[in-house]
Amino acid sequence: MIKVENLHRHFGGFRAVDGASLEIREGSITGLVGPNGAGKTTLFNVIAGVLPPTSGRVTMAGDDISGMAPHELFHKGLLRTFQIAHEFSSMTVRENLMMVPGGQSGETLWNTWFGRKRIANEERALQAKADEVLEFLTVDHLRDEKAGNLSGGQKKLLELGRTMMVDARIVFLDEVGAGVNRTLLNTIGDAIMRLNKERGYTFCMIEHDMAFIGRLCDPVIVMAEGKVLAEGTIDEIKANEQVIEAYLGTGLKNKGAAE
Amino acid sequence: MVDLLNALVVLSNYVLIPALAYGSQLALGALGVTLIYGILRFSNFAHGDTMAFGAMVTILVTWLFQGWGISLGPLPTALLAIPFGIAATAALLLTTDRLVYRFYRQRKAAPVILVIVSMGVMFVMNGLVRFIIGPNDQRFSDGERFIISAREFKKFTGLSEGLAFKTTQGITIVTAIIVVIVLFWFLNRTRTGKSMRAFSDNEDLALLSGINPDRVVTVTWLIVAGLAATAGALYGLDKSFKPFIYLQLLLPIFAAAVVGGLGNPLGAIAGGFVIAFSEVLITYPLKKVLGYLLPDRFEPDTLVQILSTDYKFAVSFTILIIVLLFRPTGLFKGKSV
Repeated sequence: MIKVENLHRHFGGFRAVDGASLEIREGSITGLVGPNGAGKTTLFNVIAGVLPPTSGRVTMAGDDISGMAPHELFHKGLLRTFQIAHEFSSMTVRENLMMVPGGQSGETLWNTWFGRKRIANEERALQAKADEVLEFLTVDHLRDEKAGNLSGGQKKLLELGRTMMVDARIVFLDEVGAGVNRTLLNTIGDAIMRLNKERGYTFCMIEHDMAFIGRLCDPVIVMAEGKVLAEGTIDEIKANEQVIEAYLGTGLKNKGAAE
Repeated sequence: MVDLLNALVVLSNYVLIPALAYGSQLALGALGVTLIYGILRFSNFAHGDTMAFGAMVTILVTWLFQGWGISLGPLPTALLAIPFGIAATAALLLTTDRLVYRFYRQRKAAPVILVIVSMGVMFVMNGLVRFIIGPNDQRFSDGERFIISAREFKKFTGLSEGLAFKTTQGITIVTAIIVVIVLFWFLNRTRTGKSMRAFSDNEDLALLSGINPDRVVTVTWLIVAGLAATAGALYGLDKSFKPFIYLQLLLPIFAAAVVGGLGNPLGAIAGGFVIAFSEVLITYPLKKVLGYLLPDRFEPDTLVQILSTDYKFAVSFTILIIVLLFRPTGLFKGKSV
């Protein structure tokens, strides 16, 4: 689905992504792990069009999408969430969700004044959809809450909900589980699984919680120093010497032995 | 009792009504500044001269209409010409954006660079206005001069003090109210307005929600053109039109936007009135008002004018500094400067 070929992104002399090549298979939940500074988020930013690549290529289903603007990628069905949850703080949760499908007919000045009926119909459909999403995520009680007042975990859930407002093809989740309590993490995990199974979403997620990854992801890609270090199932990764050296540390091996 | 009424009338005539009209003009100007700050993320120093340009086109079209003998009866002909002023200003702003601002936006230039760029634009626009209409005073108001004249008021009420309510003041206040209502309806209720607010709130997220940034920018400039041309024409109608006046107007406008909280439309309106009332009240000699209110023995010998009108801009400066010192986000929690 997504193919990254020999991608580079440098900031001055610093090579955040340094020749990474990887593939995200359609229908998979691919985990992306690695130590801090491995270039995971930068890779996400380049794929999602926030940063242009220094060199290299990103293709989506065969089309070259390197350097496309975020809103163009959105319309191709490529969505992402942020490491630190973003939200439109002064709007309610429902309004936040209803913002999502860009390119609505209400976005032109002409329709604002002369296409009111069409906009009203569209808004009604969106509202129903937003309510459905909130129900799916089991947070319909937060519907009219201002998004700025949500807890960190709820904001992450809202981020996930945002991707459900359109028929996404691939969603990039940047540490969706970080700083979220166990119960909410399970809700998020369940939602990801269901979206993957029922709606055929492909996911690629950066995550540090190995248990969470183990539950959801196959395959797992390990990055270090801007390059792809290894790829495989969670067990293969955990057993890979290089990965243990660079990321997991020997602590986990001992812990694994103790368990 | 009569003294109290007289005092109130004097105060209304020289302070309340002029400040209300001036405040409306500042509020409209500050709304433009605040929208640009919120959405395009820079302080637009060219805003004063954008207003001057809008007013200039309005004047030229007014003259044309007057030449053709078109008029609105008791209302100033300029009202008919304002839409043309808005259209021309929109064209000017969109051209400027394509030629200048877009270049810096694509390079993701720092806001401070855009501020300096806007100063360059300011000089160009200022030159353009002076080149077309000249640096002198221009009068273009016609129709009835007063809604209520001082003489009529005295005759009607029997009070010894007169109250004059100029047509231009009335129009300014009414127009400002309409514009503000429409703007707020637009920002809060329409999808376009919401995408503007979303863009202002969190640009990254707005982009990743599929909102087209070019469209948001275009719509913003169009609205700013409407606000600036209206504010400029109303100010020119109420006082008189002189290109350099608009350059000076930049200070109270920015003060209003900052006092209210940059990026916050509600704040811009409140800020406009705070600045206007302070300016007028502090530079107005209160002798007459106090003369009516206080017993004869206490009647002040001096003018009781806190500052001479020459210093009226100092008032904006002082308020600006006080607000920045104690509440950098402004009265209504805008973005901190």
